[in-house]
Amino acid sequence: MMAARTGYDVVIIGGGHNGLVNAAYLAKAGRRVLVLERRDRVGGSAVTEEVFPGFKFSVLSYVVSLLRPEIIRDLELPKHGLEILPLESTFTPTPDGDYLVRWADHDLTRRELYRHSPRDADAYDDFGKLMYHLAFAVKPILGIVPPDPTSRSPRDMLAFLRLGKHFRDLGGEQMHALYKLMTMSSADYLDEWFECEPLKATMSASGIIGTFLGPRSPGTAYVLLHHYMGEIDGAFRAWGFAKGGTGAISEAIASAARRHGAEIRTQAPVMRVIVKHGRATGVALESGEEIYARKVVSAVDPKVTFLGLLEPQELPEDFLHAIRRYKIRGSSGKVNLALDELPSFTCKPGFGPHLRGAISISPNINYLERAYDDAKYGDFSRQPYMDIVIPSLIDPGMAPPGKHVMSIFVQYAPFALKGGWNAEKREAFGDTVLDTLAQFAPNIKNIVLHRQVVTPWEMQEEYGLTEGNIFHGELALHQLFFLRPAAPWSDYRTPLKGLYQCGSGTHPGGGICGASGRLAALTMLKD
Amino acid sequence: MLKGTPFHPRTSRLCQAQNWRRWAGFLAASSYELTHEREYHAIRSSAALIDVSPLYKYLIRGSDAERYLNRLLTRNVEKCAIHQVIYGPWCDEAGKVIDDGTLQRLGEDSFRLTSGESNLRWLLDNANGLRVTVEDDSYSTAALALQGPSSRDILAAVTDLNLDELKFFRLAFSRIGGVPVTISRTGYTGDLGYEIWVQAPHALQLWDLLLEGGRPYGITPTGLLALDIARVEAGLLLIGVDYVPTTRAIVESRKSSPFELGLGWTVRLEKNFIGREYLLEEWRRGSTWAFKGIEIDWLSLEQVYGEYGLPPQLPSTAWRMSVPVYAQGRQVGYATSGCWSPTLKKYVALAHLRTPFAKQDSRVEMEITVEHQRKRAQGRVVELPFFDPERKRT
Repeated sequence: MMAARTGYDVVIIGGGHNGLVNAAYLAKAGRRVLVLERRDRVGGSAVTEEVFPGFKFSVLSYVVSLLRPEIIRDLELPKHGLEILPLESTFTPTPDGDYLVRWADHDLTRRELYRHSPRDADAYDDFGKLMYHLAFAVKPILGIVPPDPTSRSPRDMLAFLRLGKHFRDLGGEQMHALYKLMTMSSADYLDEWFECEPLKATMSASGIIGTFLGPRSPGTAYVLLHHYMGEIDGAFRAWGFAKGGTGAISEAIASAARRHGAEIRTQAPVMRVIVKHGRATGVALESGEEIYARKVVSAVDPKVTFLGLLEPQELPEDFLHAIRRYKIRGSSGKVNLALDELPSFTCKPGFGPHLRGAISISPNINYLERAYDDAKYGDFSRQPYMDIVIPSLIDPGMAPPGKHVMSIFVQYAPFALKGGWNAEKREAFGDTVLDTLAQFAPNIKNIVLHRQVVTPWEMQEEYGLTEGNIFHGELALHQLFFLRPAAPWSDYRTPLKGLYQCGSGTHPGGGICGASGRLAALTMLKD
Repeated sequence: MLKGTPFHPRTSRLCQAQNWRRWAGFLAASSYELTHEREYHAIRSSAALIDVSPLYKYLIRGSDAERYLNRLLTRNVEKCAIHQVIYGPWCDEAGKVIDDGTLQRLGEDSFRLTSGESNLRWLLDNANGLRVTVEDDSYSTAALALQGPSSRDILAAVTDLNLDELKFFRLAFSRIGGVPVTISRTGYTGDLGYEIWVQAPHALQLWDLLLEGGRPYGITPTGLLALDIARVEAGLLLIGVDYVPTTRAIVESRKSSPFELGLGWTVRLEKNFIGREYLLEEWRRGSTWAFKGIEIDWLSLEQVYGEYGLPPQLPSTAWRMSVPVYAQGRQVGYATSGCWSPTLKKYVALAHLRTPFAKQDSRVEMEITVEHQRKRAQGRVVELPFFDPERKRT
C-alpha cells in the first residue's frame, strides 16, 4: 500500500471526462496513473444517476457536443461501450400556437422553413454552407495547444505563423464572416441572414448556452460556429445522445483508461496539492492520506485548482490576480423529470417524431433577451429559455417501460441570486420551469412523477463547479484560446512546476469534447 | 412524408412499381410500370406524359423585369420576344453557374423563370430597388411535359390551338377542355414536345383530359428513369449531377463557368450581366474545361468483356456518378452521366474534359468495371447532342 502511494508517475485530481481522457492517454503511454474522484462515481458533470428508482438522469450534461474523433479512435471507445445515438430534430413551439421544426431531412426542413419564410428557406442553406466552411477553418484550433502570441520561442512563433497563414488562405468572404462572428452578437449576426423569429432565437440560443450573456451581447455569434463543427463530423457522429446517458461516455473512457492500467479511486476528495521546494509533488486527501507522484494534473476548474487547492504564496501574484478575475458566473440550471407519459404540445398534440429531438423554448429573440434581463439584476428568468430532450425516446433503457425521463436545461438561473439560493427558491425555480413549459404542453404538470431541480448552487456544492458554471468559466472570446484560463498558461502547464491542468477551464473549453485532457497528456509526455 | 405534386392522386394510383424518387422535396415516380423501357420508347416513338411540377417556377413582373433579368441571365433577354422562351444559365459574381433553366416571356413585363434548385433568395436580393416583383409560383403552378412524336397530334385533339404556328421555344395561351393553360414548345427530352403549365387546382382535370385525348396516340405516363436516358441522349445538363451549383460547392474547384459546361452559346458578352467580367476574361484566355459527349467503341467493349468470357453488359438505366476519363495514359477528365442509348444503339456519356483533349473525335478511354476489375474502354469525343431529330424543331 505504501509503495502504491509513492509509485505514481501522475496523479489526476478530478474524474470528469477530461481527467479520464488525460489518464487514459498517459496510461496508454506507459505511465503509472491514479485518478482521484471526490464523488462516488466518475464522470464529473457527465454522469448518469438513477435518482428515482428506474429513472436514469443525465443529471447535468445531457448531450455529447464535440467529442473529438481522434479520442474515440485512439481510446477505442466504441469497444468500451460508447454508443452515440442521433438527436436529429429541433422543435420550437411558439406562443401563437404554431411551431418550427428543423428535421434531419433537408427537404422536410426546407418545406418547414418555407412555411415561415420562403426566403429563409434559401438563406438557411447558404448560411449552413458558409458556417461549414468557417467551422472547417476554425476546427484545427480545437486540436492544438494554444501558442503564446507574446512569446519569442520558436515553437510559439512558428505556430502563430502557421495560424496566420491558415487564416489568410481563407479568402475575403470567409475572413470577413469570421471577423463578424467574433465581434457581433448572435442576434445581430443572424439578423443579417434570417427573418423568421423562432429560427433566429433557436439558433442564437446555442450562442448563449452556459454563458452569462444574452443573444444581443457582442461576442455570442462566435459560439454559433461550434454547432457546425459537429456537422463536419456528421457521419462520425461526434454530436448526439449517448446511450445510457452522458455517464456512459465517462464510463467508456474510464474503462479504456483502466484497460491501459490507470487506477481510478472514487470517494477520494483531494484537499490540497502538496508543494515541496517550489514543486508539486503530490496531493493530500481530506482523509489525511498523502499520495505522491512525479506530476500532478488538475482537471477541476481553475478557481478550485489555484485558489482552493494551493496556498497563495505558491503562485505568482499576477497569475493569481488573473485567476481571481476569471469570469465563471453560473447562469443555468437543470430540471430532470420522471414522467408517467409523454408531454403533449398544444401546437402539435400527441406523440410524433418532433419529440425525439431537441425541444427548444425559444420563440423569439426578445423572449431570450428578457430572460437575460431578469438574470442581470439577480433573479432567475420568469420565462426562461429551455433546451429539452426526452432521452427515454432515444434510449428506452433510461426509464421503466412506458415511462419517460425529461431533461430540461434552463437558462437563466444566476448563481448570484438576490438573497442567495435555498430550498424554497430552488423549488420556486422548478415551479417556474414547469409553469413555462405548461404554456406549451399543458399536460406536463399532471404527468410528473418525480422532479429533480439542480440550481447553480447544487452544481457548486455537489459537483464542484465553481459558481455552478457548466463550462469551468465562461466561453467568451476574452477567455478562449491563449487566454484560457490565463495567459501565458494556456498550454496546460501552470506556474507551479510539476502541476498541470486540463478540463473545460483550459483550451478549447466546455462541452463533452475531451480535447484538453488529451492535449495536456501530450504536453506532459513531452516534458 | 414528402409532398406529392398536384397530380399525385392520379400518378400514385398509376405507379405500379411504387418506385419513387425525390425531386426538389416532392415525390416523383421513377417509373410507373415495373420497368421503364416502354416509357422510354414512348418518348421517342409515341408520346410520354411526365409530371414536371417539382421544377421551381418564379413569376417575375414589373416595368424593370426585362432589365432585371437581363442583368441576371447570360442570355440577352432584350432579344426575347413576347411568347418566346429562352434557355440559359445564371452566374455568381465570379462567372460560375448558379443554376440553369428556361425563361418564358409571358408579356412585355411578365416572365416565368424555371430552375432546378431554389433561387428565391438570389432573385429577391437582386430585385432590390427595381420596379419588379418576384413571386414563387412553384406550388401554385403545376406542369406536365408531353414529349414525343405524337405529342402534337394529341394537343391538336384536345385544344383549338393552331399548333403549326407554335414554333420551337415559343409559347401560347390556350384551353384544354375548359382548363386555361400555357403551352410551351419546350422539354427535356430533345424530341418534339411541349410543356403544359396549369394552375394547381385544375391539375387533375388536365391530367384526365390529356390521358383521355391521348389514348388513341399511345400517351404513356412516364417516370424519371426514362426521362434521364432521353436527356442524356439530348445532351442536356442536370444540375447537381453534371455540375455542382455554386450554392452547393464546398470547394472552388467544384464550380463551373457556362463555357466549361458547353453553354458558351448562351453567354452574350456584349451586354452587362452578373459574372460578365470574369467570363470575358475566361473567353479571352480560353477555358480549362469543356463539356462533351463520349461515344464508347462497341468493339472495345466487346474486347474488354471478352477477356472474361462475357458479352458486353450494358446499363439498363442512365447512371450518374463520377467516372474517370483518360487520354494518353493519364486522367484528363470525368464523365458525370451515361447510358446505353436504345435509339442510337450506342453507349454514350456526358463528360468534363480538359480542353486540349476535348476536340471532336479525340480518342479517350473511359473507366468501366468488369468482373470487379477496373478496365478502360476506348471511345471518342463527339459534339452534343447525341440525338437531335429534325421533328424537334419543325
